Amino acid sequence: AQVEGLHFQVSAALREGRVSPAELCQRCLSLIKGTKFLNAYITVAEETALRQAEESEKRYRRGQPLGVLDGIPVAVKDNFNTAGIETTCASNMLKGYISPYNATVVQKLLDQGAVLLGKTNLDEFAMGSGSTDGVFGPVRNPWSYSRQYKEKSVPKSHSEDKESNWVITGGSSGGSAAAVSSFTCFAALGSDTGGSTRNPAAHCGVVGLKPTYGLISRHGLIPLVNSMDVPGILTRCVDDAAVVLGSLAGHDPKDSTTIQDNFKPFELPNLTDVSKLSIGIPKEYHAPGLSSEILALWSKAADLFKDAGAKVIEVSLPHTRYSIVCYHVLCTAEVASNMARFDGLEYGHRSDMNKSTESMYAATRREGFNDVVRGRILSGNYFLLKQNYENYFVKAQKVRRLIANDFVKVFRSGVDVLLTPTTLTDAVPYMEFIKEDNRTRSAQDDVLTQAANMAGLPAINVPTALSERGLPVGLQFIGRSFQEKQLLSVAKWFEKQVKFPMIQLEEVKRHEHGVFQHQKSASFS
Amino acid sequence: LAPWLPVVGLEIHAQISSNSKLFSGSQVQFSAPPNSVVSFFDASLPGTLPVLNRRCVEAAVMTGLALNCSINKKSLFDRKHYFYADLPAGYQITQQRVPIAVNGSLSYSLCIDNKMSQMVTKTVRIKQIQLEQDSGKSLHDDTRSQTLVDLNRAGVGLMEVVMEPDMCCGEEAAAAVRELQLILQTLGSSQAVMAEGQLRVDANVSVHHPGEPYGVRTEVKNINSMRFLAKAVDYEIQRQIEELENGGTILNETRAFDSKLGCTVPMRDKEGKQDYRFMPEPNLPPLILYDAKSLPANMNHQQVVNIDWIHERLPDLPSVKRAKLVEQYGILPEHSFTLLNEDGLTEFFENVVKQTQMKPKKVIGWILKDLLSYLKQHSLTVKESPVSPFLLADLLNLLEKKQISSTAAKQVLTELWKGEGKTPLEIVKEKKLELIQDQQELEQICQAVIDGQENEVIMMVLG
Repeated sequence: AQVEGLHFQVSAALREGRVSPAELCQRCLSLIKGTKFLNAYITVAEETALRQAEESEKRYRRGQPLGVLDGIPVAVKDNFNTAGIETTCASNMLKGYISPYNATVVQKLLDQGAVLLGKTNLDEFAMGSGSTDGVFGPVRNPWSYSRQYKEKSVPKSHSEDKESNWVITGGSSGGSAAAVSSFTCFAALGSDTGGSTRNPAAHCGVVGLKPTYGLISRHGLIPLVNSMDVPGILTRCVDDAAVVLGSLAGHDPKDSTTIQDNFKPFELPNLTDVSKLSIGIPKEYHAPGLSSEILALWSKAADLFKDAGAKVIEVSLPHTRYSIVCYHVLCTAEVASNMARFDGLEYGHRSDMNKSTESMYAATRREGFNDVVRGRILSGNYFLLKQNYENYFVKAQKVRRLIANDFVKVFRSGVDVLLTPTTLTDAVPYMEFIKEDNRTRSAQDDVLTQAANMAGLPAINVPTALSERGLPVGLQFIGRSFQEKQLLSVAKWFEKQVKFPMIQLEEVKRHEHGVFQHQKSASFS
Repeated sequence: LAPWLPVVGLEIHAQISSNSKLFSGSQVQFSAPPNSVVSFFDASLPGTLPVLNRRCVEAAVMTGLALNCSINKKSLFDRKHYFYADLPAGYQITQQRVPIAVNGSLSYSLCIDNKMSQMVTKTVRIKQIQLEQDSGKSLHDDTRSQTLVDLNRAGVGLMEVVMEPDMCCGEEAAAAVRELQLILQTLGSSQAVMAEGQLRVDANVSVHHPGEPYGVRTEVKNINSMRFLAKAVDYEIQRQIEELENGGTILNETRAFDSKLGCTVPMRDKEGKQDYRFMPEPNLPPLILYDAKSLPANMNHQQVVNIDWIHERLPDLPSVKRAKLVEQYGILPEHSFTLLNEDGLTEFFENVVKQTQMKPKKVIGWILKDLLSYLKQHSLTVKESPVSPFLLADLLNLLEKKQISSTAAKQVLTELWKGEGKTPLEIVKEKKLELIQDQQELEQICQAVIDGQENEVIMMVLG
């Protein structure tokens, strides 16, 4: 039996009438209430969700569901525009902001009958790798409360309670990852600019897909770095990710960076024979700080492919070590530009300071943005100054080209898919995470994920095994441009081999219903 | 005193004549109620993205071709950053690195003297044409210490036409702009009406001694009509000369033209020495244009702009129209300038010519001297003329047939201006202005005159 997925399980249950969309919605809503301490949701759209569920129910009764997603409860990261539902980006700048339009991906989900439960928590404006730096507070990793983690954690003293050693979700799409991980929804949208979908997916033990840049529309996704952002997909299994991808991908006339070619949603094949595959192991991804545990898992995974007959070879992406610095320059430059629109005039927070327009701008932006955002704006503006532009921005673009070319060369040499770790360690406790600042953390945590954004390539985190501390560890596959089908096929095969265990959460057990099947886990490690 | 050489360059912003804006679908509408034609993108709502308007690209290509430019088959979009209330995104999307058209030229004509009797042709180089967004409008209400922002204009497409400093005075600048205006109106790429803000001109002015390097230049803004353009440029040239001759220096600054005082004044330090932090616009791929040779066979024609296709369909430019008028009607070149300069006058002239036996060479005099001066006197446009081509042709036919004298014709015309609905013939009859054709009748009149002047006749006969 595979992990609960909508493709095999819930969709069938809905179609066969074993469960109704309204019931499903109610259960998810009450589970959200029961897991409030995770702080995964910023806004729960209870009324509209129930209404959507009722509409879905009518369609099922008529025998006319819109598709596989009809009636499926989903959650959306709070940096996607949702008409009529607050969109905050976890920032004071947009607290109370109700957008008049839906992001294209949100519209597509709604058009297929998905039930939008609410907006999930994140680092402010998606800047961060912990989901700890938003104005609504940090997101807690559901695994902090799992039996698997509690069994392994030894309280240092009596006075230390479970509250203080909870671990982070990773970020910046931590709320979406936590929502999927804790069963409050069946799929969630995140965004991925430097790893923001794959990183929390790894820490929360869920599938996190970063599609090829240009495949899915960014219209309505509040941008961090326009040339690297993509909507990310978080689900509990690879098949589900393929289904959601199929419903979202394709040209959007409202987004000029989406490719024109017709996208054909695909049925994911059940790969049994991997002997024709060539798996590349990039040696530079054995990065400083990589835990020995994860290194061992990575090695084991490589062996898994080798034993199954695939060709596994070491490859080199020589410019990997420059990508963090390059990313920092390009990211901050775009941030400085993208954040220029937040001036308090047209929407969002406006300061009471009104001595002059300039003073109003300054006060509004100081009050509306946190330190992380302001820091990036200042850096970015510095790099864009006329006297610095060539040395920083243009130089970084050139390095970016080199990084992208590294991948081109490797794929051209016959490698189909790259296998790497997703994160350097398992999730750290919040108290430890906040000892370093956001910039330092981001620089550390993005190392393994962010080159894929530079190159625009598709990449996916597949939950692999539990660490010694009982927390999820994932591995990453990076594929060729627009070859999501191949990438996901390999990921699905791997997922089947490792049989990642289901999270054992007290709260989920209480809300359990017949649709969820118990998982017999053969742990990978 | 060593002579001064004034040097004048121009930056002209022409609003593109299109239904919707450069990067969004909201309408382009002059004088719409405030903030009524503003799309989410224009208001810079977070998450919105630019989508390029094909018609704007075509307008820029047409204009580039008409100005003899090279059209760049690949051009790029950039962000130009500054904070201002009428710029919602905090940046303008423009073309700083690689604009859509470069290296063109514009020929224009000037009269040597005031009488339009001798014209000389001059050329100004066009440095480039770039596509960019217009900003909104901000109105400062000082009494209430507030600024009112109207975003209707935000995002409207502009073509910035940069003219090299090849001009030397206000008259040349005005003539060059006038010709550009005619070209834009002929192409339809911009309606180019200065009063409606569809054509805005900034002048770059400096002076130097021959043989020496160019002087420091100032930028003159806030020029709202062709007339003010000439005045502003000439004033600024004069101001700089006086300043330098008095031992002063010219600051590289921006000055505004004050039309009431007829002078230029330093502008409030609105922009100063700004660093616009140019950055490529990441949401727009490079703009690729094709021609017949480079056009791929299976390309979707909706997604493609073909330079050659546009070139084939360019209408006759003013210079060509003028040449044709001179050739077809035998009129003087200066006449053709006046004809094209007045909206509707060419049409009027051609209509009259069609309906009269009088030669065009003679008709033109009536058009340019009588009709036009009357219209100017009463501040009427050609379209508002109480005398239609038909009526004028009718009158000229009477003259041509020698039914009336030229003096009488002018009298009839004066009557026709009143617009009382009478035909020329009716007026002639009413005022008894007919020329007498009958020989006998003429002899009788002459005899009567002679009979009444006996003494004078005897004096004449005697010598």
